[in-house]
Amino acid sequence: MEVVFLTFILMLSIFLGFELITKVPATLHTPLMSGANAISGITVVGAISLAGNGQHDMANWLGAAAVAFASINVVGGYLVTDRMLAMFKKRGS
Amino acid sequence: MESTQLTIQLAYVAAAALFIYGLKLLGSADSARKGNLLSSVGMLLAIVAALLDQGIVEYQWILLGFVVGGAIGAAAARLVQMTAMPEMVALFNGFGGMASLLVGAAALSGSSNTFTLVTIVLSILIGGLTFTGSLVAWGKLSETLGSGAVMFRGQQIVNSLIVLAILFSAVMFCLQPENSIWLYAVIALSLLFGVMAVIPIGGADMPVVISLLNSYSGLAACAAGFAVNNNILIVAGSLVGASGIILTQIMCKAMNRSLSNVLFSGFGSVSSEET
Repeated sequence: MEVVFLTFILMLSIFLGFELITKVPATLHTPLMSGANAISGITVVGAISLAGNGQHDMANWLGAAAVAFASINVVGGYLVTDRMLAMFKKRGS
Repeated sequence: MESTQLTIQLAYVAAAALFIYGLKLLGSADSARKGNLLSSVGMLLAIVAALLDQGIVEYQWILLGFVVGGAIGAAAARLVQMTAMPEMVALFNGFGGMASLLVGAAALSGSSNTFTLVTIVLSILIGGLTFTGSLVAWGKLSETLGSGAVMFRGQQIVNSLIVLAILFSAVMFCLQPENSIWLYAVIALSLLFGVMAVIPIGGADMPVVISLLNSYSGLAACAAGFAVNNNILIVAGSLVGASGIILTQIMCKAMNRSLSNVLFSGFGSVSSEET
């Protein structure tokens, strides 16, 4: 039953994702891509539970490495997007 | 459901709402910066909620990962030249794909039912090809590798063979999860396929490819979400996957090209040279 429930969530999120992005001006393509990319770093949440399970096995180390990689994606992604948008705003005003 | 677990799940719901609203605001010029801020607040909320989980008994490795990854990400984002932004995004995207690959591989030790195995193999596969594909895209844009399209005779045959080999090892992996050779085969082949898929595309088309790879990294996160049974990964991952595809299409349209034209024009030029 859990699987069906999760698949429902998947389907609704996909439809929502399609609906969210419409008529984006060309200047915003790169920041939007970068902002969405930062969200895909959400893997960090999955990695946290694997890194902290305290079993000191392979899964533990892999999880810790995944936390590091995903953190680069999240922190770097949001900061880079903000830098791009800050410049964009200046140009507009 | 006990109260801690309930709090975590409610925090995930709030985070998902912030991601959705943030993405929406990112689509128009006036509100874009606010949208990015909202989505980062959502991410912070999701991370804090994940840290509350009672399955977590040790924090030192998580902390180490955060410090190392966060420092690298922050330094890279601050130091990068404004003109080098697209390749930086590609590089970050590749690391996100790598994280999904690692989560998929790590989730393997806990589970054995077929559905979970399929989602594990998907997260490894998509994560792996996102990783190397993004690295090649980064190399082409930063001129570390040549920016031209790389083509050779029989490339399509080689690629088809790789796809077949991936399918075969993925199926064998699901049938014999205890035999780790199939796991390594899937990892190696997905890494190889990421390189092969991006090298025939020219440097000018790279932004479109990065957008597509960004969509893939969302799908990889989504698959990882199924593998570790986590709602927020599924929601955020599929949001990025779907909006990334649409954005890719919009970018193609802005260049007056179709997506397949961008992805396969390299192959077309080889066959037209031969005839």
